[in-house]
Amino acid sequence: MPDRAIRLGGGQGFYGDSPRAVQGLLDAGIDYLCLEALAELTLAILQKDRARDESLGYTRDLPRYLSAAIPAVLDGRTKIVTNAGGINPRAAAHAAVETAKQLGVSGLKIATVLGDDLMARLPDVQASTASALANVETGAAFSSMGGDALFFSAYLGAFPIAEALAQGADIVITGRVADAALFLGPLIYEFGWARNDWDRLAAGVLVGHLLECSGQVAGGNFSGEWWTVPEPWKLPYPIAEVTADGTAIITKPVASGGRVDVDTVRHQLLYEVHDPAAYLSPDVVADFTSAQLTDLGDDRVEVRDVRGTPATDTYKALLAYPAGWSGETRIAFSWPDAEEKARALTAIFMKRVELADLTVDEWEVEFWGVNALGGDTVPPTDAEAPEVVARVSWRCADQRTAAAVGRELVPLALGGPPAGMTGIGRGGAGPSELLGIWPTLVDKQLVDPGVTVTLEEI
Amino acid sequence: MRTQLRDFCGYRAGDKGDTSDVALFAYDDAGYELILREVTAERVKEHFGSLVRGEVVRYEAANVRALNFVLRGALGGGGPRSLRSDNLGKSLGGALVRMEIDVLDRSVTPARRPRPDVSWADTIIAARVG
Repeated sequence: MPDRAIRLGGGQGFYGDSPRAVQGLLDAGIDYLCLEALAELTLAILQKDRARDESLGYTRDLPRYLSAAIPAVLDGRTKIVTNAGGINPRAAAHAAVETAKQLGVSGLKIATVLGDDLMARLPDVQASTASALANVETGAAFSSMGGDALFFSAYLGAFPIAEALAQGADIVITGRVADAALFLGPLIYEFGWARNDWDRLAAGVLVGHLLECSGQVAGGNFSGEWWTVPEPWKLPYPIAEVTADGTAIITKPVASGGRVDVDTVRHQLLYEVHDPAAYLSPDVVADFTSAQLTDLGDDRVEVRDVRGTPATDTYKALLAYPAGWSGETRIAFSWPDAEEKARALTAIFMKRVELADLTVDEWEVEFWGVNALGGDTVPPTDAEAPEVVARVSWRCADQRTAAAVGRELVPLALGGPPAGMTGIGRGGAGPSELLGIWPTLVDKQLVDPGVTVTLEEI
Repeated sequence: MRTQLRDFCGYRAGDKGDTSDVALFAYDDAGYELILREVTAERVKEHFGSLVRGEVVRYEAANVRALNFVLRGALGGGGPRSLRSDNLGKSLGGALVRMEIDVLDRSVTPARRPRPDVSWADTIIAARVG
């Protein structure tokens, strides 16, 4: 076991994040570059990709990240752990091999973790698992899911990643794993943390949780004195220095903008955690309220004393199903009477759609500049808005109908409220497919036998 | 005295399915005691009105002087299904700190947040826009 701190870098927070700040992490020196590419929404995007082309279904910015980091991997300075596999880790591994070949390198060991994809076993799992795949948010029975499943993935834990590293992998590619597992896996491997070392595992989950959203712990999306964050256009990606007892220092490359202090760290600590005293991860239930945060100055925050309790016997899993097609338009109205004009335009549009015999299953109407985002939390006012954008969205059963609804807007360019519509067609990129997502629980004993780690050397 | 949460709280919102998580951060002990007392789950549910269809549950994180609110049925069916422009509910943190509360005890003066100064941004923009 190393007696020094292991340095983890959070080099990606979502599919589409910028690889630019990765170089800063590599220059600062990190043992592991952890790339978190999958939000719930991302799996839906990847599902659409895979439906078009069986060789897709992974996050396609992976080669850009690998191109930036492979030189450091070859030098033995870092290893890469990523869930860029999405719903097709084999295809991601293939892309990684191709990227390495294009760079003309050899001697790399690429591991692929499989077993999260339960789609082929859906009926069997549904019949066998204790939850019967009821929706974990609403309690609704699986039979009430609004369409056929498009994907079905369990959130695996960190131990398969640790296993891949133990086999000598330089690059570990997974599908759906818990985000924090990308960071916990290397710590389990380096420090030999046991499966029942709950406090250590909880500490690792907390570190992963803090780093998994890249710049969001280092001054991004920060509601404190955000306007004082240095050089926000050079927002850094974060680094954790973790020791064997689980104590960690959250920091950032010195030569960068951004900020790491107790305020930025606590913003991320509670991000999307539900109950912070019982953060459910595949490997441990972590108590984030037990963590002690200390500002050490110079963009360094110490996190210690994290407590954990035994993991549950289920994995969270996510399914998606087709939920129709949406269209959207935005029309700007100027003073005077901007809001009244926007409301009238919306009503005229809805009536025209009805007269055209088009079926809309759901409307969403927002008035930007009035209360589009704040809804009922916005107090009524007598003040007249200087301009208002009517943003109208609709859901239809099929793509053709959703497109036809949008066309009913066009004649209103000359036939709506004065002074005519501005900006018609903006944001009208054509209908897009909606997906419902269905979070549920699956018994670990049904998943674990199918989890495999394969190693390929190029 | 009535005051808005924005004057002494930080916030961040995130999403899981059709559930929004909104965290509220106080800046000192007095501020934490105040939100602990005033910002109940019931008040938050009432504040959001039709934006939140389901229940609201409040969790405490005293170690970071914060409350976390779990809002069920808050995202128009969930990110990939929602027709809302803010389909991930990122703006719901800001919507929460619009809430007004009573500061009953005048001896309690929670640390107040300054308003933003973005003169640096004005300088950058002015140098690039004629």
